[in-house]
Amino acid sequence: MQRLVAICRLDDIDREGGVTALVDGEVVAVFRTYADDVFALDNFDPFGQASVLSRGIVGTRGDRDVVASPLHKQVFDLRTGLCLDDESVRVAVHPVVVRDGVVHVEAATASAP
Amino acid sequence: MSPHLRKRLVVVGHGMVGHRFVQAAVERGLSETYDIVVLGAESRAAYDRVALTSFFEVGADALSLLPSGDYEDPRVTLRLGTNVAELDVASRTVSLDDGETIGYDELVLATGSAPFVPPVPGHDLEGAFVYRTIEDLEAIRDAAARASTGVVIGGGLLGLEAANALRQLGLDTHVVEMNPRLMSAQVDEAGGRILGRHVEKLGLTIHTGVATERIEGEEHVTGITFAGGETVPLDVVVFSAGVRPRDQLARQAGLAVAERGGVAVDDQLRTSDPHVWAIGECAAHQGRMYGLVAPGYTMAEIAVDALLEGAGTFTGADMSTKLKLLGVDVASFGDAHGTTEGSIDLVFSDAVAGVYKKLVISDDGRHLLGGVLVGDASAYGTLRAMVSSRIELPKNPEELILPASSGAPGVTLPAEAVVCSCNTVTKDDIEGAVEGGCESAACVTTCTTAGSTCGSCKPQVKKIVEDYFASQGKVVDRSLCEHFAMTRAELFDVVLVHGYRTFDEIVEAHGRGRGCDVCRPVVASVLASQLNGHVLAPDRRVLQDTNDAFLANIQRNGTYSVVPRIPGGEITPEKLIVIGEVARDFGLYTKITGGQRIDLFGARTEQLPAIWKRLVDAGFESGHAYGKALRTVKSCVGSSWCRFGVQDSVAMAIALELRYRGLRSPHKLKGGVSGCARECAEARGKDFGVIATEKGWNLYVGGNGGAVPAHAQLLAGDLDDNELVRMIDRFLMYYIRTADRLQRTSTWIDSLEGGLDRVREVVVDDALGLGTELEEAMARHVDTYVDEWKATIEDPEKLRRFVSFVNAPDTPDPNISFGSTRDQIVPEASTGPVSLGPVSLGTSIPVGRP
Ligand code: SRM
Ligand SMILES: Cc1cc2nc3c(=O)[nH]c(=O)nc-3n(C[C@H](O)[C@H](O)[C@H](O)COP(=O)(O)OP(=O)(O)OC[C@H]3O[C@@H](n4cnc5c(N)ncnc54)[C@H](O)[C@@H]3O)c2cc1C
Ligand code: SF4
Ligand code: FES
Repeated sequence: MQRLVAICRLDDIDREGGVTALVDGEVVAVFRTYADDVFALDNFDPFGQASVLSRGIVGTRGDRDVVASPLHKQVFDLRTGLCLDDESVRVAVHPVVVRDGVVHVEAATASAP
Repeated sequence: MSPHLRKRLVVVGHGMVGHRFVQAAVERGLSETYDIVVLGAESRAAYDRVALTSFFEVGADALSLLPSGDYEDPRVTLRLGTNVAELDVASRTVSLDDGETIGYDELVLATGSAPFVPPVPGHDLEGAFVYRTIEDLEAIRDAAARASTGVVIGGGLLGLEAANALRQLGLDTHVVEMNPRLMSAQVDEAGGRILGRHVEKLGLTIHTGVATERIEGEEHVTGITFAGGETVPLDVVVFSAGVRPRDQLARQAGLAVAERGGVAVDDQLRTSDPHVWAIGECAAHQGRMYGLVAPGYTMAEIAVDALLEGAGTFTGADMSTKLKLLGVDVASFGDAHGTTEGSIDLVFSDAVAGVYKKLVISDDGRHLLGGVLVGDASAYGTLRAMVSSRIELPKNPEELILPASSGAPGVTLPAEAVVCSCNTVTKDDIEGAVEGGCESAACVTTCTTAGSTCGSCKPQVKKIVEDYFASQGKVVDRSLCEHFAMTRAELFDVVLVHGYRTFDEIVEAHGRGRGCDVCRPVVASVLASQLNGHVLAPDRRVLQDTNDAFLANIQRNGTYSVVPRIPGGEITPEKLIVIGEVARDFGLYTKITGGQRIDLFGARTEQLPAIWKRLVDAGFESGHAYGKALRTVKSCVGSSWCRFGVQDSVAMAIALELRYRGLRSPHKLKGGVSGCARECAEARGKDFGVIATEKGWNLYVGGNGGAVPAHAQLLAGDLDDNELVRMIDRFLMYYIRTADRLQRTSTWIDSLEGGLDRVREVVVDDALGLGTELEEAMARHVDTYVDEWKATIEDPEKLRRFVSFVNAPDTPDPNISFGSTRDQIVPEASTGPVSLGPVSLGTSIPVGRP
C-alpha cells in the first residue's frame, strides 16, 4: 500500500536543513535544498546504526545534493540514497510531493532505483 | 641488596651538561647501581644558559631546567651552593670548601668554563662584570639602573649578545674588539664588515682592531683607555673576551690537560684516571674544547653509555652555528675560514641590502666544504647538509647563494644526508615519515623530532616534504574542500576584508557549489569569531555541525550530552544539588569529566530545552562542550587553601573562563591555572597555561593532550593580572585568525615559520603592530557574549528544531532505548531501524494550511 502522508509545511524546513518525521510509524529524514527541492530518506544511519541522518549537514558534492551523517560524516546522495563514500551502501528513499506549500511523503519505502 | 653494596657516582657541576648527564643516567638506569651525588657551586639548580639573555624578560624561574629544585629519583642527591675545592684520585675523594670529604666510585667533572678576564689594570674595579650566570646578569641590571654608558670588551658571539642586553637596559653601548672584525671565530672579514654595519645601525658604537690599555677609576670604573691613548668615559664594563675551561681540579689532581686548556678525555670521555670522566665545556677531546651546548649533551649521553659499559664513542662535533644576533641572521658551517689546502672561495655580497654569503669549495670544484652567511641565512639548512653529506656541487654553484634562492635549485640531497643535526635525522628518515602518512612538515617534526630543537632545519624539512609530494605528482593541496580553494586563514581574511555576514555571500563570491560538512562549519566559526551572533540564527544554524546545531554533544545512539559551565571547576553545594536533581528527573547518566565539570548523558532532542530551562533558572550557562570554542580553564585550589599556593589560581581561572567563554576558534581551546610551580592544574598540557610565581604569572602556550601530547612553552614570565590577560587576548586572537581548520595551538605554532619565537614577536613584542587590533577584537567578543542556551530557550523560533518529529514533537524516537550498567542508563545496541507502527498523530499537526 502506498499513500501520501502530510508532514509539515515547506517553510517548517530550513533551506538546506532537515527535519525528522514519522511516516506511518517509520522514521524518515526530510531535507530541503537550496533550490527548494525536497527529498526524504530513511533516518537510520547504517554506519553509525542510529536514527540521525536528518541532523546532518546538507550541501553539495559535485553537482549532487547530499547530506553528511552527523556521526561519522559519510555522505549520502539525497536523490538516490546512495552513499558516495561507499557505493555498496544505500539508504531507502521516499517519494515526496509538495502540494500547496505542504510536504507529503509516501509511506511505504520505495525500492531503490 | 644491602645499601653499602651500592656504588656512588659523584657529579661536580650542575650546569646544562651536568643536568643532562643526571637525566640520562636516571633514564637509562644508572641509578639502579649508583647513588648519584651532584655538587653544584651555583645557588641555583641548572638553568638554560644558552637563553641567559632572556633572563631580563622572563626571570630566573622560566630559565630553570629543574623547576621543582630536585630530582624525582630518590637515589639522586643534589647539593647546591657546594663548591668542590679539591680532588684526590688516589683515595677517590673530593673535598668541599668547608673541608667535608665525599668518597666516590666514579667521578664526573662537568664544571663548564669561566669567562676569561684579561689582566688589564682596573679589571677588578666596581662596575666591571662578566656574563655567565644569572647572578652576573642581576648585578649588571642593578648597575645599569645607575649608569648611562657601558662597554663590552669582546666582539664575539657572546659579546654582541651582552651588548644587546646593555642596549636594552638603556645604556649607550660600545663594543671593543681586538681583532679587525666582529665575530672573528665565525665569520670572515667581509662578513664581519657587513655585520658591523648592521650593528652600528642599531646605535651601538664599534671599535675594532683596538686593544684595551686600562680601565680607569678609583673604586668604581669611570672610563676605558685604548692602546692609542683615546679614553671613553663610562660606568659599566662587561668582559666577554672568551672562556677558559674550568680544569683546576683536574690539574691539581695531576690529570692530563690539553695544551690550550681543558681536561683531556678519550673517545668515551674518560680522563687519564680510569674513574674520572669529564664532559661539557671543561673537557677537551683531541685537544679541542667545544663552547656549544649540543656537543656537551652528546658527551653526557656517551659518558652514561660508557658507565653502562656501552660502546658509544664521541668523534667530535659539528660547530656549525646559526643565530639571530641583534636581529641579524648569522650562520657559519663547515670550514668557514677556508683552511683546507687549495680551497676556493665563492662570494656574493650586497653591502646595501646588508647581505654577505661565502661558500668554501674544494680545489677540484666538486664539493662544498663550508661557508658563511650574514643577513640572509635561509640557505643554511641545505648548505650544511651538503657539507656533511659531501654531495657533488651542481654545475653553477653560484646559484646556491644568489639572492632569492632559498636553498639549492637543482641540488638533490642524498638519502643519507643529515638534515637535522641537533637530532641526527636524515633526509631518508623524513621521506619515510611522509611515506608513513605525514602530510605536513609539522607532522614530520612530531614524528621524527627533526626541527624540534634549535629549529634551524625547519625550512629544509618543509622543502623535502614539498619536493616529495611534487615528485609523486601530488600538489600539496591546501584547499579547505571542493567548495573553497583556500585555507581557513585565507577565508578568515577574505571575510574580514569584505565584511561578509552570510554563507551565501561568501560561497557566491569565493566558492562553488553549496558547501559541505567541512566548509559550512568553518564559515560558521569564522562568522562567529568576527560577529559573535547566535549560532542558531536562521541563516547560521544550517551551517553548524549537529553538536552546535543542538547545543549539545551527539552520542552513539543519537541522544545528546549536556555540560553546564562550571568556571574553574568551582561550584556551590546548591548548584551541585540542582545538577543531581535534573539528572535524576530526566533519567540521565552522570559522569565527572576530565575537565572539572559534570556531563549528563542520554538526553533526547526534545528533552534538551526542558533540561536547560531548569539549569538556566539555577544560574548555569552553556559549557560549550559541543563547540570548537573555549572548553574549560582548569584550576588548582591555589593560595586560598593550599599551603604552597602563591596566587589565587581559582579566581584567575574563573576570570579567564568567563572572559573567553563562547569564543569560537579553529579547534577547541583549553586553559589551566596553577597556584604554584607544583602545577596541580596541569596547565602546561593546555592551549594556554598559567602558573603562579611570587611576582605574578608565567604564561605558557601550545600545550596539548590528545593523541599527540605537547608541553606548553613559556611565552612570557612574571606578568601582572592585566598583562596576563592582554597577552592571552592577543595570543588567542592571533591563533583564531591564522590557524587552519582543526589545528590545535601546538601544531599551529609548529607550522609558523619561526615557531614560538614568531608568536612571541607578534604577541609580546608586537612586531606586526597588530596588538591593539587583536585586543579590540577580543574586547568585542567579551562585550557581546550572551549565553547561547538562555537565548535559545527564550526564542520559540530557535526552539522549533528541538523536537523528536516535526509532525509528532513529543513522541520519543523508537530507535532510542537504554539498558542499565552500574546503576545508570547506557545506550542499548541497535540492530537496525525500528518502526513505531501505525500511530495516531492527533489533530495538532500544523499542516494543510496554504
Ligand atoms: C566528556 C569528556 C571525557 C570524560 O568523560 O572525561 C570528553 C569527551 C569527548 N571528547 Fe575529549 N573529553 C573530555 C576531556 C578531554 C581531555 C582532558 C581535558 O580537557 O582536560 C582531553 C585532552 C586534552 C586536550 O584536549 O588537549 C581530550 C581530548 C580530546 C580529543 C583530542 C584532541 C587533540 O587535540 O588531539 C578529541 C578529538 C577532537 O576534538 O578532535 C576529543 C573529543 C571528545 C568528544 C567530543 C568526541 C566526540 O566528538 O563525540 C567526546 C564527547 C563529549 C561529550 O560530552 O559527549 N577529546 N578530551 C571530557 C570532557 C571535558 C569537559 O568537561 O569539557
Ligand atoms: C650568554 C651565553 C649565551 C650562550 N649561547 C649559546 C648558544 O647560542 N648556543 C650554544 O650552543 N651555546 C651557547 N652558550 C654556551 C653554553 O651555555 C655552554 O656551552 C653550556 O652551558 C656548557 O654547559 P656545561 O654544563 O659544560 O657548563 P656550565 O653550564 O657552565 O655549568 C658548569 C657548572 O659547574 C659549576 N662548577 C664549576 N666548578 C665547580 C666546582 N669546583 N664545584 C662545584 N661546581 C662547580 C659552575 O658553577 C656551573 O654551574 C652560551 C653561553 C652564554 C654564557
Ligand atoms: S599547584 Fe601549587 S598551589 Fe596549586 S594545588 Fe598544587 S601545590 Fe597547591
Ligand atoms: S638542526 Fe636543530 S632542530 Fe634540526
